[in-house]
Amino acid sequence: MPNMQQTKTKMPELEPAYRASCFEEVAVGYSEEDAVNEAKRCLNCKNRPCVSGCPVNVRIPDFIAAVAEGDFERGYEIITVTNSLPAVCGRVCPQESQCEGKCVRGIKGEPVGIGRLERFCADRHRTHGDVKKEKITPDKEKVAVVGSGPSSLTCAGDLCKLGYDVTVFEAFHTAGGVLVYGIPEFRLPKSIVSYEIDGLKDMGVKFVLDSVIGRIMTVDELFEEGFKAVFIGTGAGLPGFLGIPGENGCGVYSANEFLTRVNLMKAYLPEYDTPIKKMKKVAVVGGGNVAMDAARCAKRLGAEEVYIIYRRSEEEMPARAEEIHHAKEEGVIFRLLNNPTKINTDERGNVVSATVIKMELGEPDASGRRRPVPIEGSEYDIELDAVIVAVGTTPNPLIRMTTPGLETNRKGCIVTSDGVTTSREGVFAGGDAVTGAATVILAMGAGKQAAEKIDEYLSSKR
Amino acid sequence: MYKIVEKRPLHKSVDYMKISAPQIAKKALPGQFVIIRADEYAERIPLTIAETDAEAGTVSVIFQKVGASTMKLGLMKAGYYLSDVVGPLGRPTETEGYKKVAVIGGGLGCAIAYPQAKALHEAGAHVDVIAGFRNKDLVILEKELGAVCDEMIIMTDDGSNGRKGLVTDALKQKIEEGAGYDLVIAIGPVIMMKFVALLTKQYGIKTIVSMNPIMIDGTGMCGGCRVTVGGEMKFACVDGPDFDGHEVDFDELMRRNRAFAEEEKKALDDHICKIGLGGIN
Repeated sequence: MPNMQQTKTKMPELEPAYRASCFEEVAVGYSEEDAVNEAKRCLNCKNRPCVSGCPVNVRIPDFIAAVAEGDFERGYEIITVTNSLPAVCGRVCPQESQCEGKCVRGIKGEPVGIGRLERFCADRHRTHGDVKKEKITPDKEKVAVVGSGPSSLTCAGDLCKLGYDVTVFEAFHTAGGVLVYGIPEFRLPKSIVSYEIDGLKDMGVKFVLDSVIGRIMTVDELFEEGFKAVFIGTGAGLPGFLGIPGENGCGVYSANEFLTRVNLMKAYLPEYDTPIKKMKKVAVVGGGNVAMDAARCAKRLGAEEVYIIYRRSEEEMPARAEEIHHAKEEGVIFRLLNNPTKINTDERGNVVSATVIKMELGEPDASGRRRPVPIEGSEYDIELDAVIVAVGTTPNPLIRMTTPGLETNRKGCIVTSDGVTTSREGVFAGGDAVTGAATVILAMGAGKQAAEKIDEYLSSKR
Repeated sequence: MYKIVEKRPLHKSVDYMKISAPQIAKKALPGQFVIIRADEYAERIPLTIAETDAEAGTVSVIFQKVGASTMKLGLMKAGYYLSDVVGPLGRPTETEGYKKVAVIGGGLGCAIAYPQAKALHEAGAHVDVIAGFRNKDLVILEKELGAVCDEMIIMTDDGSNGRKGLVTDALKQKIEEGAGYDLVIAIGPVIMMKFVALLTKQYGIKTIVSMNPIMIDGTGMCGGCRVTVGGEMKFACVDGPDFDGHEVDFDELMRRNRAFAEEEKKALDDHICKIGLGGIN
């Protein structure tokens, strides 16, 4: 008999006032009792709508059934057949628009907490399971993976399991891509990312850090070095700006710069040399997860007033519901249907305020969302000392600038024929480098598909 | 890890460091830079490559000890290892096709001007070097620069070495005398580059300046290095570091470069405290 409790089993969380002062993970995670209780809410539907909502087709009802029986390790094994980074996905996937969005239990009440259960299985495995992965001796060709974010890690892991000799090239001094420079510690502890990367290393994947492909070696030179296929998972790292006056003032940052200083360069820890401005009043422009992350980081660094300025309404916000909820709990002030038109600076170029215009929603635009229209004469100023721009990113131009014959589109995204196969023979791509900024799980799905295609391609050449 | 193979002071606050980085040495071209992180806790510092020896597999940088991280770098000796060296980054300087070039270096900027002068000289251009310093104690690379140019003019603020005056005084004189430059390259303090560009604009001489703004990743990811060039936003790390001197908004750049001055001062003071160098200044 399933547990007919209408709402999800409550996720234990740190108190908002406490957590807004530190970088500890906000959601503490389910206990075994919580997990079993939540797993029993699953109806084990025959047609499995949840699975169709998952970009990597995790066998959701099966792993949940294992959890309900208390066989947590089996639950983990079922997940990892199709998802190599469950501890990450359980934390950062937009479940409400994917698996949980399709859950039958969501029609009357809340859907099953699939993400929370996935995270539980992964965390329990990490703390209880047999952690050391066995080394695989490669018996197939050398493959280069460029970038070390979610698509690359997935692709590298899958190729390694198939017997390929895989080398990952990362530009930064730490592997993990957006998982380490972008997503903050309080949402995704970095120890989890390094655990996953250590697992790949145990299996035999090689990581070469500090290597900007396109500069130290081009894609063509990788082939000359003996790599038989190349996967490009370089993400969408080039920050967009607003194009309004005052944007080059001191105290205006891209979310990338701000988050990198905080997350990768650990500006919040005193033993690190990274400087970060003391901010009192901060506005973050944008409505996605990156905007929420930046706002919550600013709060944790001691800002007294933190605003989210977003030109549409909450309904159109691309951020996960949970992030919006957490940001509000932590005291972030939402100025929705507002759009900055000018950043004002003093004579030394420092930000002093932003001029903001109020908006109203008009007809739906190309994205299907209602288009925001400025309300004439509604401008007002918000006193600020910092502005963080989180209005999206586009793919980095380095690879396309240095790889002749690699077709890219108007937005700089790599063009593929089937999602992962590029216009250059032996070159595959996936994740944000192909789609433009999207989600961790979609990138992982592409990494997985690319591994299959690379295997097909290299097998056909033998 | 990257081994420091040679390290020596050029004067009190400027050090020369030669690093073993064979792959970077194989690829590096004049005008490109590396990002160095001394250790786990240090910042990522962008430094233009002053010298490359592909055969020996080394690149050299010259840096001024101004903040906590450069101070830390300054304490590292030959035989020590650097945590990270990333490069070569940025677009190389175009050195082909010029007949007569004036290379202007201001202070530490001479470290960057040197490989460019050398490359232009090797490409067959007539090269005049005008190097400016505050006084004779701060002169660097005098011999090296002298070896890669046809004429070398040293300017100091107090006349303690070479002539007394600014680099722009010497440049103006050369132009007036009919030097006939088809290119001027200016590298040094932003204010110097600004005035060189203002001067050459009057004569319509193409002028390249090299930017050294605040940056983190050096691959176009942070946008911290954005500069306005010809009214457009450019990233110094991927679009530069060289730009058309007549198009750069120097005033904005000067303001942006001061953005972290207070925090850097504090980090430096803390650092000097921690390592017991209270007497340093």
